[in-house]
Amino acid sequence: MAKVTFDIDRCKGCGLCVEACPKKILAMSKDKMNAKGHHPAEMIDQEACIGCAFCATMCPDCVITVEK
Amino acid sequence: MSIVFQRPHALTNAEFSYCPGCTHGIVTRLVAEVMDELGIEGRTIGVAPVGCSVTAYNFFNCDMVQAAHGRAPAVATGVKRSDPNNVVFTYQGDGDLASIGACETVHAAARGENITIIFINNAIYGMTGGQMAPTSLPGQVTQTSPYGRDVATQGYPVKVCEMLSQLDGATYLERVTVTDVKQVRNAKRAIKKAFQNQLDGKGFSLVEVLSTCPSNWGKTPVQSIEWLKENMIPYYPLGVYKDKGGEE
Repeated sequence: MAKVTFDIDRCKGCGLCVEACPKKILAMSKDKMNAKGHHPAEMIDQEACIGCAFCATMCPDCVITVEK
Repeated sequence: MSIVFQRPHALTNAEFSYCPGCTHGIVTRLVAEVMDELGIEGRTIGVAPVGCSVTAYNFFNCDMVQAAHGRAPAVATGVKRSDPNNVVFTYQGDGDLASIGACETVHAAARGENITIIFINNAIYGMTGGQMAPTSLPGQVTQTSPYGRDVATQGYPVKVCEMLSQLDGATYLERVTVTDVKQVRNAKRAIKKAFQNQLDGKGFSLVEVLSTCPSNWGKTPVQSIEWLKENMIPYYPLGVYKDKGGEE
């Protein structure tokens, strides 16, 4: 199983990771807000993650760490 | 479990000062990843420009110099010549490299300086608030071309790779982009080659990266990537413009 972790306070809420995810299991949080005041990206179905790191590759702010 | 992707060592812990969704951050990270992969962080000296990446000295773990506006290739020339064992790169935007620094860029290429230039082309002046750049497209609306860039009075965009490819001194010129994962990987390959050329003593290498500016284009990050694909790539075709090492 793959594991994706977010350094939430670095996230600027741009959504490029959500766009890049081939499994469509990332989403911008609707209720959470980070220290910068952005709605950060979050994982909605960790079990379905294949660890391709597409999200981390497209993230402009090095928010995401991927383990497999 | 093993790590598939993590923050490269050659980046400091500082947060990027780029706007949300600006692909500048991807390119900065790629340069750091290449430094990690080539194991050159300890002997690399970067030259930061004036522009959105003016604080690049905060982002990279290697030694950095901050040059006057546009003068990064001239500063890099001095740094490289003073100790050729150093790996020297500049990281410049289009307002810096193609406008006020056009002279330094052209002559560094003409001299065939053994340096690496990473050139971010987003067709606008980002940090100063979205003015027309030498690379702004015909018809593009900016703060200083509110009716669209009119080529009759404001001239045509400067195509840096095409221009420099005419110079015998330039070794490697390639234009890439970072619109999706495939393109990001291709951009990393090009950046790595530009650094490897310097390690091999081959001479002047420049990688132009077409990048987005969501804040000043007035678009969301995802819309910006679409705009780049539809408008910038047709005007600035991707590809290798010169590869002296490859021809030999």
